[in-house]
Amino acid sequence: MDIIKADNLSKSFGSFRAVDNVSIAVKEGEIFGFLGPNGAGKTTTIRMLTGVLTPDTGSARICGIDINKHPLEAKLKMGIIPENGTVYSDLTAEQNILWTAKFYGMDSISRKKRADEILSYLGLTDRRNDIVRTFSKGMRQRISIACAIVPSPPVLFLDEPTGGLDVFSRRLVLDTIRRMNDEGSTVFLTTHNIEEANELCTVISVINKGKIVATGSTERLKKTFDTTKYVEIAFEQPVKKEWLESGGVFRVENHGDKWRLYTDDPDPAVKYLAALAEREHLKIISVATSTPTLEEAFVQLTGGA
Amino acid sequence: MDPSLFTRSVLLVAEKNMRIYYYKGAVVIFGLLFPFLMFLTFFIGRNLNLVLFFPAFLGMMLFFSSSSTGPLITPWEKREKTYERLLSLPVTLESIILGDILAGALFGIVITTIVWSAGSLILHLPLAHPLLLAVTLILGGFTFAALGTLLSSPAMSNPSNVMMVSNLIRLPLIFVSGIFIPLSQLGSWAWTNEVSPLTYLVDLFNGAINGNAVYPAGLDIIVLVVVILLFIGSAKLIQQYNLSKGI
Repeated sequence: MDIIKADNLSKSFGSFRAVDNVSIAVKEGEIFGFLGPNGAGKTTTIRMLTGVLTPDTGSARICGIDINKHPLEAKLKMGIIPENGTVYSDLTAEQNILWTAKFYGMDSISRKKRADEILSYLGLTDRRNDIVRTFSKGMRQRISIACAIVPSPPVLFLDEPTGGLDVFSRRLVLDTIRRMNDEGSTVFLTTHNIEEANELCTVISVINKGKIVATGSTERLKKTFDTTKYVEIAFEQPVKKEWLESGGVFRVENHGDKWRLYTDDPDPAVKYLAALAEREHLKIISVATSTPTLEEAFVQLTGGA
Repeated sequence: MDPSLFTRSVLLVAEKNMRIYYYKGAVVIFGLLFPFLMFLTFFIGRNLNLVLFFPAFLGMMLFFSSSSTGPLITPWEKREKTYERLLSLPVTLESIILGDILAGALFGIVITTIVWSAGSLILHLPLAHPLLLAVTLILGGFTFAALGTLLSSPAMSNPSNVMMVSNLIRLPLIFVSGIFIPLSQLGSWAWTNEVSPLTYLVDLFNGAINGNAVYPAGLDIIVLVVVILLFIGSAKLIQQYNLSKGI
């Protein structure tokens, strides 16, 4: 069953078309990554899916409920961490969580129990009665996550949840996403952090200039570019770039002390490099062949935007 | 839309506003101190009859206190970046607007009730129509809380700018509503009192306390109800427009 379903969503701001005919289908239990460079339309899309923005055209359904026709009912099915949405800094950590829980109709005993559980898991039990204004950015983000997961929602929307966080807070956020997914929440995650998407997501959609340019599993997306491979080589001596443009190599890039040679078939390229080293009396320090990473697939899909 | 879900969202938005905004400096200054200072400025040394003047003072108190939280909430939330979080909760734009108005109205009603109670005890004020006084407090509270919310609706994220604009609109209303300047002295500007909702509120207070209203109570009530609906409708249209533009 598609727990998140968007059909032909479009949104323009003046003459700028931020999202252009985007359709998305996320199955129950998936961690869905929505990738794109800055300004690609990720946040506008998530705002339409969560009922913050009304689309110009198209529709979105959460757990089968139309978000624009029945916003309250649809929002009860979701927990959200907005990109710029912080928690109330004049309230305490616990007040923020308990107040959020009331929206979902949780009774006072369940609210308290769930708040205790989440504060403990997020390492904030000692700070529960402190005003959020005194918290660091990482701690505020943890409270933001606590508010999103307090009702144990069937769908969790996270818009760049790890942006600007330290390593510990980032790790905690990623672990929380996995935990919520294990407990049954479907996760919709927008990010431009490829490593994060690769680590977490089962399915990825890439958006660029308001349009979806690819959708599939992370492995399938990588395989889309499998025809292109590269040989990475480091020499002890300096070499001229034009020496490397042979043996079926169609592009040469310098990466620090290494050269990256793109080719459809690494075998003749490696043989050519060995011959080149012998002819020019070059010492090879390292050589490796590789297929593109998800990051390279992303760069190619988005045209390096 | 489920009415119980909607009501819950309105009450929770109001609860949040009461916890956060009642204690903000701008609310205390413009909602409490300002009307008292204005009263003292105009009352001291002018040999006015305090009992006769009291309904107008109550009107001014309710006007300032009810309309003081509204202008602060949305700009404050946009600046603090909590507005998007609020929108992402199970709320609608209507429940946010009504929650803001409810918080403002309750603030004004409670403060004005305290002032009226104190005034009654000290000045032994008459009370011609107790039920009408209750209706006046509720209607007045909601009218000017709706005005406060309307004033906060244009796309401004700096609360001090909104407070400045709101005072630019609120202060002239005081002077054209017959509170400090008798309507007979307004001359060719006398017509302005009829377009000010504050005139009808003060008239209701006069009717409830002294029993000497100028207009029939029914007319005052209809005018205030229409004004509430107008303010809410305008606030919704403006905020909806802002949201569609992503601001």
